[in-house]
Amino acid sequence: MNASMNYLDGNAAAGELSTIFVADITSAEGQCANCGGKKPFAEAHLYMQCPGLVARCALCGHVLLRFANVQGRVFLDLRGMTYLSVDAAPQ
Amino acid sequence: MAGTAVLGRVTWRAAKAVAVHDETATARTLALAICDWPGHVAGQHVDVRLTAPDGYSAVRSYSIASAPSSDGRIEITVERLPNGEVSPYLTQEVVVGDELELRGPIGGWFVWRSVQTEPIQLVAGGSGIVPLMAMIRSRRSAGSSAPFRLLYSVREPETVFYRDELQALSNQGDSVVISYVYTRVTPKDWPRPAGRIDAPLIGTGTWPSTLRPTSYVCGTTSFVEHATDLLIAAGHDRERIRTERFGATGERK
Repeated sequence: MNASMNYLDGNAAAGELSTIFVADITSAEGQCANCGGKKPFAEAHLYMQCPGLVARCALCGHVLLRFANVQGRVFLDLRGMTYLSVDAAPQ
Repeated sequence: MAGTAVLGRVTWRAAKAVAVHDETATARTLALAICDWPGHVAGQHVDVRLTAPDGYSAVRSYSIASAPSSDGRIEITVERLPNGEVSPYLTQEVVVGDELELRGPIGGWFVWRSVQTEPIQLVAGGSGIVPLMAMIRSRRSAGSSAPFRLLYSVREPETVFYRDELQALSNQGDSVVISYVYTRVTPKDWPRPAGRIDAPLIGTGTWPSTLRPTSYVCGTTSFVEHATDLLIAAGHDRERIRTERFGATGERK
């Protein structure tokens, strides 16, 4: 596999992120703090070959989110998104 | 109502294997009965956690293959990966009665709901068929008449999952139109040489973009990028293409 294809997508982070978010994160819309692009989190590029998870904007590659679970303590860095909009009452 | 419970805390639950059968030489379907299972929507996945006696644990995601139901059971189909930590156990060791830990259902984006009536284009690469099969089964169990097409890319004929069920479906009128692509070995007398999905195949094997289908593409990252680029080049709206990628990185599926 080509190194540039060495990512999954936001769907693969949803289980881990459910330790923090009750609402579905994959259908949440996030805005990239770098390019301003708005996409469902499911479409973010997810890198897992590191101690935690790193999600990058599918449009510009900017880091949107970092997540790590270290010995039972969860760390979440959301500074790469200016907002995250979740559906409070899905179908 | 079963099949609609998406919101709510996702927690680890005890699950028990109630049936196992082989799909191919390297893939096995496990039917699991799960404590307090809230139901799922076609396209969702679960995380499976295995814990060794020394406390080491490994978590992997697997798509649900079965249609939503209210009986507290799901099926997953697991492809065995060489050097995998979890998939060799799930495909070779698990027997009926064994218990696993399971978290889910997960994901509300890569889903098909039976209220959707628009044409649906499914594009599967290898074991990427699994969540799309849940959509096909959900369509049938809900009595939906949404027009479905499936473009299914496999290495060779022996690696097709759910072969008999798909064959039966394609023999019925008003059902799912199925096109196969073989990337390494084709069946005897197959009209197209072995090879990846390409533009002519998108032209003949998928709904025309003028019908404005919703597309679901699932496979390895390289497969998904390639297929999505071809759909967009054929005039499909990027906003109507939903994707799910997997790979050895997270041992998806």
